[in-house]
Amino acid sequence: MVGQSGFKKALTVSVFLGPSLLALLAFSIGPMLGTVWVSFQEWNLIRDAEFIGLENYRELWGDDDFRRALLNTLYYLVGYLPLVIIGGLGLALLVNSKFKGVAMFRAMYFLPVVTSWVVVALLWKWLLNPNDGVVNWALGLVGIDGPGWWTDPTWAMPSIILASAWKDLGFVMIILLAGLQSIDESLYEAAKIDGAGPWRRLRSITVPMLTPSLFFVVVISLINGFQVFDQVWVMTNGGPVGSSTVVVEQIVKNTFTFGRAGYASAMSVVLFVIILIVTALQMRMQKRWVFYG
Amino acid sequence: MRKLRIVGRYVVMSLCAAAMIGPFVWMVLAALKTDADIRAVPPTILPDPITGENFSRVTDAFDFWRFTANSVGIAIASTILQLVTATSAAYAFARIEFRGRNALFGLYLATMMIPLQVVIVPLFIEMRNLGLVDSYAGLLLPTIVSSFGTFLMRQAFLGLPTELDEAAFIDGANHFQVFTKVLLPLVKPALATFAVFAFMSTWNSFLWPLVITQASDRHVTLPVGLSRLNGRFGTDWNVVMAGSVISIVPIVAFYLVTQRWVIRSVAFTGMK
Repeated sequence: MVGQSGFKKALTVSVFLGPSLLALLAFSIGPMLGTVWVSFQEWNLIRDAEFIGLENYRELWGDDDFRRALLNTLYYLVGYLPLVIIGGLGLALLVNSKFKGVAMFRAMYFLPVVTSWVVVALLWKWLLNPNDGVVNWALGLVGIDGPGWWTDPTWAMPSIILASAWKDLGFVMIILLAGLQSIDESLYEAAKIDGAGPWRRLRSITVPMLTPSLFFVVVISLINGFQVFDQVWVMTNGGPVGSSTVVVEQIVKNTFTFGRAGYASAMSVVLFVIILIVTALQMRMQKRWVFYG
Repeated sequence: MRKLRIVGRYVVMSLCAAAMIGPFVWMVLAALKTDADIRAVPPTILPDPITGENFSRVTDAFDFWRFTANSVGIAIASTILQLVTATSAAYAFARIEFRGRNALFGLYLATMMIPLQVVIVPLFIEMRNLGLVDSYAGLLLPTIVSSFGTFLMRQAFLGLPTELDEAAFIDGANHFQVFTKVLLPLVKPALATFAVFAFMSTWNSFLWPLVITQASDRHVTLPVGLSRLNGRFGTDWNVVMAGSVISIVPIVAFYLVTQRWVIRSVAFTGMK
């Protein structure tokens, strides 16, 4: 402002920025640096920490549990992403036009999104209960012998994927719906005049115009997917026999169960680097497929 | 033909609705079933007789009302603090020119890339050193700032013309008055959007409350309390479901009241 002294301005800026900047430093940036620091230590949170350099990382490299957790996290993403993106797109297309009751349907599809992960995980753990769960009972009615779901190593991760996709479908739907509604109606009119059928219109107009929203959903889902934890913790606790263990669950167990804070921090650093690389790759790839009209 | 398509659409939508709502209905029905009923094979659909006993078993098993009060208190406190810290920072980024502003804002954006999961160990150690493990402050502090919210509110401020501020400054107002009296009232929709987000995310958060409250039962929040129920009543699904029902009632009520708003705001933030 005119005539304002440097000191007064600095004071004003610090009053406005101070609280959030301090909190960010204390609870995000500081701990991030802390994670790197702790990752070089051998530390059980009780004794004095001992500096061991890159030893934790070297151990991680040969750790079968961690490798399994990484692969399972990938497995989760590979199963979960197509399910929510395609399912969410389907729902969005379904509720895109104006007709009676559409707001109610949107609200219903969105309901799982506002529910906590713990409740969703508990609910699905029960629905997918191998013995008296309703899903296996319903499958039995049509002559299918339902699997052991989360008690069976083969089916534990699919169970988690199923519950997760169910919860997040509504979120993807809403983001894509917003994208759909910003598409100019006249594009469709023109295509209709040119004789393009519904399938052709979907492929040539809707999907390309929707790519920015799709991009956003994919980026967010991937970042969140790497951090999958709550539903694993509640539904399977990583089991049976490690078949659904994931990275964050390994971090929590190593810190609080095995007393290996340094080792867990090394895992955190690896996780962060992976998220960073994947996000950066996507940013670069977006030129290839994202269409900004 | 056209009519058939409309009917077809409603059928598909209703099937999808059944898939999304059905599990919740099943949950509520289960919460009302007796022990014998819940174990019946094949499963009974309607509870017969209807019992309210599961709810009292939940409230007896844990200090359920305390957990609820903890959840409500933390969610409200966190929402208010996030609104204060994020809007004031957003104001500085949108309306005050100072050296290093862009770099600093870049730093805020970068922290969006740092998930809690990655910093959980040092954060826990920090809280322990501050003597805040198993305390309300320890539960609350890491949630009081949101760089996403700062970003959102900055966008809202940038959408307002600077002539507003200039006119106020000529009338002798200072930054604080411009912020509270002129700009804040004009960004109410963005504030509401952000408040809804902040409340829901704190209400539903699990990992941090799980880690920071493990020493005792005093500061446990609903999701953590529920997950403990899971171990204790692993096979009594009616009790677990009763607990789940109690825990989603507030957030679902909140959602039903603000539903149009929530959906629009999520869509809005997704577009960026």
